[in-house]
Amino acid sequence: MPQIAQLGEFYSSQIFWLLIFFGITFFVVGRGMVPKVMDTVASRDKQIADDLKAAEAARAQADSEEAAWRTRENANRAQAQGLIADARAQGAAATTERLAAAQARIDAEIAAAEARIADARRSAAAEIETVAADATREIVSRIAGLSLDDTAVRGAVKENLVHG
Amino acid sequence: MVGALSFIGDRDNRVAAEAKLDPMHQFQLEKLAGADWNIAGYNVAFTNSALWMGLATLALIVFVAGGMKRAVVPGRWQMAVETFTGFIDGMLAANVGKAGKKYVPYIFSLFMFILFANFLGLMPLGVLGVHPFTFTSHFSATGVLAVLSFSIVLIVGFAKHGLHFFSLFVPHGTPVAMIPIIFVVELISFLVRPFSLGLRLFVAMMAGHVLLEVLSSFVISGGNAGPALFVIAGLPSFVLMVGICALELLVAGIQAYVFALLTCVYLNDAENLH
Repeated sequence: MPQIAQLGEFYSSQIFWLLIFFGITFFVVGRGMVPKVMDTVASRDKQIADDLKAAEAARAQADSEEAAWRTRENANRAQAQGLIADARAQGAAATTERLAAAQARIDAEIAAAEARIADARRSAAAEIETVAADATREIVSRIAGLSLDDTAVRGAVKENLVHG
Repeated sequence: MVGALSFIGDRDNRVAAEAKLDPMHQFQLEKLAGADWNIAGYNVAFTNSALWMGLATLALIVFVAGGMKRAVVPGRWQMAVETFTGFIDGMLAANVGKAGKKYVPYIFSLFMFILFANFLGLMPLGVLGVHPFTFTSHFSATGVLAVLSFSIVLIVGFAKHGLHFFSLFVPHGTPVAMIPIIFVVELISFLVRPFSLGLRLFVAMMAGHVLLEVLSSFVISGGNAGPALFVIAGLPSFVLMVGICALELLVAGIQAYVFALLTCVYLNDAENLH
């Protein structure tokens, strides 16, 4: 077993060179390079964490902005609804008013027409009375040779026309 | 260093070759340079073991440097390096907590150094004539790492808690009469830590490499002995070897992980006591 057989001859060389090369490893790699590698990892982790935080903040801001927009939008919508309701009420009122005015005009026209009809009927009836009274007086004077009083004839005719 | 594959070239010289069929030969240390380099009387020759320590260090530096682009959106390489640092960071966070952050450079170096050493030792470079040396199969190397980890635990423990660190050896709720015995038992189990830490890695790596070497020698010896033996012994050994290779890659990762994880657990004791 060379490990034991050569120990006496080589132990100092083994210890010396191991300390030399492990020392180089420790100071060059362990102390020199590893902290830099770990710094890189740490800075990357930090950057990722910062980016995530920024994204989170941006999302929160977007959320709050959306909420604000929503309230504004809701207010606008409510206002629009109010405007529509107002316009509708106004429109309805105007329609009612115009309808009422039209109704009144129509009523007036109807009343006037009825009055005209009544007048016409009355004048027609009076004319018929006069004609009938004249005819009656003429008939009476021709057949019976009587000269009747105009007022009496007219009263009789009126009575007959009414009851006839 | 000379593995079984080099044996193929020596088929003619069976006698000389059989001397090389030693599964332990791969752990042989060889002086490559500076056989007479001494520091305070201690020889510090540059060996094949030191060479592969250097190669593991180099490979690790290249690997981590490739992940230093510091891009916000990482590429594949950067992602791989960041996965490893994240893995060590997570392991320390889970075992030590917030205070574990400062140990990331050490645990990362420890884990990756052992991992690269283990993997480099398993690379099939023998095909190219370069025979990898797994220095983690030497307790003289793993022991240094274990003592290093244990020293850090001791330094942190005593620096942070002073003599109160000894309360680590008396778990909560121990009856007063039991305290002396429990203290001794806990102290022993604590002192065994560096040995178990270093030996575990060394044994696992050595066992795996010996097994691979023995199986490969079956393949080659079987092939040399004739077609019948090759079919009976050689082929099944080869199939088994492929499976064991996969297993060894797993063990290479697991042992590096266990070493780093146990260091984390011990550091937790030092940081937070119980």
